Formats: sequence, structure tokens, C-alpha cells
Amino acid sequence: MSKIDFDFGFFLENFPEILPYLPMTLFIAGASMSFAIIIGLALALVQTQKVPVLSSLVTAYISFFRALPSVVLLFIAYYGLPQLFPILIPVGAVTVTVACFSFKFAAYLSEIFRAALSSVDLGQREAGLTVGFSIAQIYRRIILPQAFVIALPAMGNVLISLLKDSSVAFFVGVTEMLAAGKMLSAANFRFFETYLAVGLMYWGIVVLYSFAQRKLENKLAAPYKR
Amino acid sequence: MIEIKGLSKKFNNRQALADVSLEVLKGEVLSIIGHSGSGKSTLLRCLNFLEKPDAGEIRIDEVRLNATKYSSRDEIAIRRQSAMVFQSYNLFRNKTALENVTESLIYTKGFSKADARALGLELLERVGLLPQAAQYPITLSGGQQQRVAIARALAVDPKVILFDEPTSALDPELINEVLDVIQNLAREKTTMIIVTHEMEFARKVSDHVIFMADGQVVERGSARQLFERPSDERTRRFLRQTGEIEEYVI
Repeated sequence: MSKIDFDFGFFLENFPEILPYLPMTLFIAGASMSFAIIIGLALALVQTQKVPVLSSLVTAYISFFRALPSVVLLFIAYYGLPQLFPILIPVGAVTVTVACFSFKFAAYLSEIFRAALSSVDLGQREAGLTVGFSIAQIYRRIILPQAFVIALPAMGNVLISLLKDSSVAFFVGVTEMLAAGKMLSAANFRFFETYLAVGLMYWGIVVLYSFAQRKLENKLAAPYKR
Repeated sequence: MIEIKGLSKKFNNRQALADVSLEVLKGEVLSIIGHSGSGKSTLLRCLNFLEKPDAGEIRIDEVRLNATKYSSRDEIAIRRQSAMVFQSYNLFRNKTALENVTESLIYTKGFSKADARALGLELLERVGLLPQAAQYPITLSGGQQQRVAIARALAVDPKVILFDEPTSALDPELINEVLDVIQNLAREKTTMIIVTHEMEFARKVSDHVIFMADGQVVERGSARQLFERPSDERTRRFLRQTGEIEEYVI
């Protein structure tokens, strides 16, 4: 029986090599998520307020961005668009990646936000009006905080998808964790150890994030617990 | 103090309010009674523009609004004249009892947090809920929630408080604690318009009562007059059904 070919020492050595690329992964995920939240909220508000014309445009937007695989979207934007608009040629791969993911995940988030907003009782809005609040104050102080609590678990799933999708940036030449793994394995021909290390890095981030989210959920849920 | 002229409102094809006119004096309590769907709540909700009337005029104190031509500024101005207590309380679920009361003080009236807190606690004390100040609505009973809602309405310092069936969602044993609070307000000469199914209460607390049917004011009178000597047959029939007056022979 042959020995299992797994070099544990080399496996461990991979981590300090990959770690320097973790910030890039986190940056792509974090920046994209931040923009996606802002865009997604705007899209959701357009839909819940049933703004004429804009609402149908938003529906088309969501349909388009939800349907395209991340890598296709990225190729269209990074390799394709500069062909139509040469002004885009100097735009870097990281920027394009963040832009693509922001637009794509805004589509997912807007659906989550729309459901969360509509689950806040209409009476909350009416009560806000009768104490003299403006619509903006009602959203800011009453509706959005309540909707956020409802949206948070689903937002966590989106963030996790986004984190994993950030590896696609590798295809347009961004050196993030997967790219680091690719380079390491190409130099050593020990694919299993390297890619397993990359995978565990992702897992570690997701575990840490899930823990933080649960803490936050518990904290935010306090007003709604008997 | 409050003057409503020719107020009309249609929902789809149903005439919810048909040319309703009425007056309420300062310090007066007006109760509105009638069957479900008679337009009572719609009338109340038109007064603060939660529903937009199709025609008519509303005046509350100095603020006037004509339903056929008004700006969004007029709408806000007329809404700020009143406060409302809802059937389902509608307390802000993400705010404590105290915050429910102080939100409008801080964010629309420009109170400092300390002043708002002081007044908020005072108002909660008035409705007997000082010990519950830091609790969230979900931890309060229906009666307690409705009393917080009344304190929240008082904080607005409105010209009139509109009550939309304030006890209809409450368990029977919780109704009185809410009615007591409203009765105290009546004693203090708070101007109030109350839509209610509590006939005994309406009779006790009101200066005037109106009976509505099919979006119209059928009859208006003092509480005594309307409950004891209703002049319109429809009022009589309604009061008989609710057990307020005995069957009698003319």
C-alpha cells in the first residue's frame, strides 16, 4: 500500500504565503458589499414606492444582473467595454471587479430589502406620520432599523457568496487568495496542499463572519423578544 | 376650533364619506358611533390626511385646508394639528416606551434629549406607566401599549387627539385601564374625537355624539339626547342592536 501523498509541513507553509493576499479578498468583498447595499437600497425604495417607469427599469436591472455568471459579467466589463469606450482602458482590474460585484449583488440585495421593507407593518409608517415625522424621518428612524433586523440573515448569505465570488477576480488578473494559491501550486506542483489551504482560508473567514453576525443578530433582536 | 365642511371620499366606487360637515369646540369630546363600514374611521383618517379626501374643507384651529387644492406643505401643517391613537396601537416596535413618547419631541419639536426625557417620563407617569419606561412594546400588554400610544399622542401637544377604536383590539379585562386614561383626559378638557364601539363609554365621556351610516352623519346630539331620545329611525335601530336602548312602542 502506497503512502498517502500529503506533505503536512508544506500544507502549513502555504498559510503565511497566502495570508498577504487576504486583504485583497476582503477589500473586494467589503467594498463591493458596501456599494451593493447603497445601490440595493435605492433599487428597493424605487420598487416599494412604485416610482413609475423607474420601477420597470429596476425590474429589468435585477433580472439582468441576477442571471449573469460573475465571470461573464467581469469579462464583459473588463475585456469588452473598453472596446466600446476606450476611455475605460486605463481602469484597473480591481476597480472593474468591485464595480461589477457592486451592481450584481445590489440586485440580490434589493430583493432582500424589498421583502424586508414590505414586512414592516404599514401602521408604523402611519404612526410616524401622525407624530409629525417626514417620510425621510420615518424611514431613517422607524422603518429601516426594523427592516434591517429582518434583512440581516439574508444579507449575510449575500456577503458570503460575494466573498467566494471575489475569487473570480483572478480571471482578470487580480492577485487575491486564489491567485496566490495558483502561483504557489505552479511553483511547487503540490496542488492539493495549496488549494486546500486556500479553501480553509475562505472557510475560516466565513466562520468568523458567521459568529460576528450571530452576535449582531442577537443584539438587534433584543427589542423584539418578550 | 375644528370645522369640517362638505368632506367627501370615494374608495374605488364606494362612497366612504358623503358631504360630511361638523364642528368640534375646544375642550369638547366628540364620539362617532355607527356600524362597521359607515365611514367613521375614514372621517377620522381624513382629518389627519392618512386618507386624502376628494372634496371638502378642514379647519383645525388656525390651519385650513381645501381638499381640492392643497400643497404638501398644507398637508403636513394640518397633520401636525392632531395626533392619533390607533386600534392596533402602532407603537414604534424598535423603540422603548419612553422613546416612543420622546421621538417626536426630539426630531420634530427640537427638544434636547434631557428635556424630552423629562417630559416623556412625566407623560408616561400620567398614563401610569413610569415603571415600564425602558421596556419595548412587545413586552407590554395591549392595554399598556395603548396607554403608551396615548402618551405618545400627548407629546405631540396636538390641538385634537383622534382615537380610532382605541379599545377594539383589547382583551375585555384591559379595556377599562385605557378608557380611564381617556376619561381623565376628558376631565382635563382635552379636545378629542373618538370612534368607538363602547357605547357606555361614549355616553359617559362625550359632550356630543354623532351617528354615521353610509358615509353620512345621520344624527348629531348631546350624548344624552342621542342615546336616550334618538330622533332618526336608523339611530334607534343601531342602538337597539347594540343593546343601548330597550325596544319601545310609540
